[in-house]
Amino acid sequence: MSKKSFRQAINEALRLEMRRDPRVILMGEDVAGGRGGTSGVTDAWGGVLGVTKGLQTEFGEDRVFDTPISEASYIGAAAGAAATGLRPVAELMFVDFVGCCLDQIMNQAAKFRYMFGGKARTPLVIRAMYGAGFNAAAQHSQALYPLFTHIPGLKVVIPSSPYEAKGLLIEAIRDDDPVIFLENKVMYDDEEDVPDGSYTIPFGEANLTREGDDVTIVAFGRMVNFANEAADRLEKSGISCTVIDPRTTSPLDTGTILDCVADTGRLVIVDESSPRCNLATDVAALVAEEAFDALKAPIRRVVPPHTPVPFSSTLEALYMPNADKIEAAVKSVMSYRMKEEV
Amino acid sequence: MSGAITPVTMPKFGLAMTEGKLADWLIQVGETVSAGQELADIETSKITNGYESPVSGVLRRQVVAAGETLPVGALLGVVADASVADDAIDAFIAEFQANNASADTEASAADAEPSTVSVDGLDIRVKDVGAAEGSQLPVLLIHGFGGDLTSWMLNQSALSHDRRVIAFDLPGHGESSKSAGEGKPSSFAGTVAKLLETLDADKVHVIGHSLGGAISLELARLAPEKVASLSLIAPAGLGPDVNMTFINGFISEDRRKTLEPILQLLVHDKSLISRRMIENIIRFKRLDGATGALRTIADACFPDGKQADNLRATLENYPGPVQVIWGENDEILSSAPAQSLPDKVAVSVLSETGHMPQMEKVSDVNKAISAFLEKND
Amino acid sequence: MQIARDILLRSYRSMRTIRDFEERLHVEFATGEIPGFVHLYCGEEASGVGVCANLTDTDTIASTHRGHGHCIAKGVGVDGMMAEIYGRSTGVCRGKGGSMHIADLSLGMLGANGIVGGGPPLICGAALSHKLLKDGGVAVAFYGDGASNEGSTLESLNLATVWQLPAIFVVEDNGYGEATGASYAVAGTQKARAEGFGMPYYECDGTDFFAVYETAGEAIKRARAGEGPAMVHVHLSRWYGHFEGDSMSYRIDGEVARERAERDCLVNFRRRTTEAGLLDAAALDEIDAAVKAEVEQSVVSAKAAPTPEDADLLKDVYVAY
Repeated sequence: MSKKSFRQAINEALRLEMRRDPRVILMGEDVAGGRGGTSGVTDAWGGVLGVTKGLQTEFGEDRVFDTPISEASYIGAAAGAAATGLRPVAELMFVDFVGCCLDQIMNQAAKFRYMFGGKARTPLVIRAMYGAGFNAAAQHSQALYPLFTHIPGLKVVIPSSPYEAKGLLIEAIRDDDPVIFLENKVMYDDEEDVPDGSYTIPFGEANLTREGDDVTIVAFGRMVNFANEAADRLEKSGISCTVIDPRTTSPLDTGTILDCVADTGRLVIVDESSPRCNLATDVAALVAEEAFDALKAPIRRVVPPHTPVPFSSTLEALYMPNADKIEAAVKSVMSYRMKEEV
Repeated sequence: MSGAITPVTMPKFGLAMTEGKLADWLIQVGETVSAGQELADIETSKITNGYESPVSGVLRRQVVAAGETLPVGALLGVVADASVADDAIDAFIAEFQANNASADTEASAADAEPSTVSVDGLDIRVKDVGAAEGSQLPVLLIHGFGGDLTSWMLNQSALSHDRRVIAFDLPGHGESSKSAGEGKPSSFAGTVAKLLETLDADKVHVIGHSLGGAISLELARLAPEKVASLSLIAPAGLGPDVNMTFINGFISEDRRKTLEPILQLLVHDKSLISRRMIENIIRFKRLDGATGALRTIADACFPDGKQADNLRATLENYPGPVQVIWGENDEILSSAPAQSLPDKVAVSVLSETGHMPQMEKVSDVNKAISAFLEKND
Repeated sequence: MQIARDILLRSYRSMRTIRDFEERLHVEFATGEIPGFVHLYCGEEASGVGVCANLTDTDTIASTHRGHGHCIAKGVGVDGMMAEIYGRSTGVCRGKGGSMHIADLSLGMLGANGIVGGGPPLICGAALSHKLLKDGGVAVAFYGDGASNEGSTLESLNLATVWQLPAIFVVEDNGYGEATGASYAVAGTQKARAEGFGMPYYECDGTDFFAVYETAGEAIKRARAGEGPAMVHVHLSRWYGHFEGDSMSYRIDGEVARERAERDCLVNFRRRTTEAGLLDAAALDEIDAAVKAEVEQSVVSAKAAPTPEDADLLKDVYVAY
């Protein structure tokens, strides 16, 4: 056990699984870097943010290789290889680039198993980074997990910390279905204690990072940290919150969400993705349908506005959900009174 | 009347603790405390524990509110006589806070991080603390089924003031290799004997808890020359019964909700099982091979729901000093065998205590062990 | 070919502006004041300027993530660009786009682009507009050797020929797609690709303004006359990393220094025009001084400019909603 960054935790998960299973391969744009360069240096980058550094050096060019900038072909190739015996981990770099290869994910990999009558297995992992906060502007900042969650046949993972990332990525690589594994780019230097060995965290099992009586906060990915921060502050003013990190949006641990709402009667959902048809609307619909009687106040969503991600630092800060906005939402549901009580 | 002002600081439970959360104040400002009385509940990543006032006096200030997490050594409050002026208290706090940063650094520098050694091809995580030199014999701590070296977090540093104290993770446990071998006390004892050689510890006082107690007895049989004394805490091997609800539940339950009642069987005071403690056990169980190793051990040690090994003869044949500490309310291994041990064994049965006396009755157990060790060095 | 003096002066000024602008960004980015990330066009100036010297405001270009040079070459103002890169409300996109999304449709600049291979399909559409609206315009897609491997690019080559569009595909081949060499990542040749899609192929030295101007000019003239699309393969070199902060360990030591010493388009332009008596050194010196002051002023203005208003966050998602 030692302190590891989000970046190291992901690198370690890949390394351990590649050691364990020779069928695991890694491909993507500059996942190693330097191929075809004039210096002859290989593993020059190890990914655009250094997440896969050192893997080509350990496992060689047959198992860790750079692709041309051709997302449709290499993501599709990863799906085809997965259906025929390999266990590829393909890196899409920025999740925004899914626009270049969505067909291969949505119409191909996601549908094989069902469409082929249960006769196919597609043990494919697609890693990509998501999220605003780096002033990377409209085409490099999106949180597109609702897009994938919408597609039956895909599993969608959003780790909220280094420990979570390692265990969930190992689980993803061992899983026999296509898994979209989304890493928040702002979190790569976050650190916490992470075991050195291999471990898995099951999909569809939410984690409660805080437990309280008054309000349930469901938060995704990096938003879990903001929710925890808000919950800790609210605790001091006498409001105790449960914070749920669903870990995976597909499958979604609906049972834990409903149980917690039954206990607290109030729900705030924090989602960094665009607000229409996102995970917050999905969870709100679930609770409205299944736990209507438990609600003591309307459901509140802490989400960005329905705009592209702006570039300017001031606008980006305004755009993002944060602990202050969560705190305000929690207070608003706490102060809500039903009409007959007024 | 004394003018002394005593700072109450974030305590350090075990060497790995770097910060703790002040879960709750048990004494309010203006109330009188006596030395040893619990001032506050401190929550660490492992457990929640009462923090005893170092002195008698009046709690004059609570510098920190309940719920805050602070590094070890941070000022929590101030105890002083009622006659000490408020100005003096304020000045004391200001001065303490100004000097606090440097004190912090020193405390963390003294931490011994666990390291990994190789024994029989297995990686064994070891935490080796305290004085390496001097005439006092070292201590070896052997944890029980499902535990790890942090089972001793409240004991290891307390015992290490004048001697070397070694804790480690048994094979299959903690961060050691997840191969339990045959999974029997005798096979573990063989590994432990080799571990002692690797660590250049020729002769040690052995303290074993639960399954670690049975392993201690087997070590005393296999390598009596290495064992200066035995301190057995709620040991296995002395009676047939074992709570299989605990054993099976510990292995199979992997969610907090279902694991919590299982873990509560370990203690008399159920509130000691904090959510973070549960989380840590879940994290251990997620490691590749962890539940498989536990299953191997359970099958080897408790076939048909009873303990396979009866080590009473081993206990009787061991020539060195032995003490046994048991919780009266142990729900895992009943304390009944403590009633019928040979006369040479010093027995203490602690009231209102479950299967984890070293955690539930920290000071009683540390005192009993320290006295026993001193007598038998 | 005789090039008019005003075109020469204007082109030199554009190239000098790009160079100074990018060198200044290299310095300013390192201070941490510039948000996000930037990709610099230093070393490639003659390509964008040589092509755009054949274009008017009616014509359209689409650029890449390395877009500052194309913007300046197409006439976008330095003040508005610098302010945009600093995220200010006075930026050409009001601070909402940033370095990778600078655009000015009034000048026929369809935008830098954060998506590799994003431009070529758009240029097919722009060319379709020019063709059907009969405005006499042509559309030019700038893209790199990396983007030449995108399906969207290859599909666009096909479409442009099928529809006989006034579209020009300018492959700015600097040898690297990010950190991966074109010698590994590009199969076959650009020439064979062009021929495979039934369009003429031209190539030239991208550090030689005159070569680019004349070669692209031929392809553009042809397209303008309704004779269909063409590919212009421009060979050049990137002087900085893929993005600021890239150590370029994949390039051999001395490679960039040699490029700077031997293939500096500005030095070569000055030598050729002054030796041939086309321009006098004093005129070029005057441009150098003016550009220096202009870039300096753009940084001062950008830093002093206000950030966007909170209300701007919600503006311009739709024309109407």
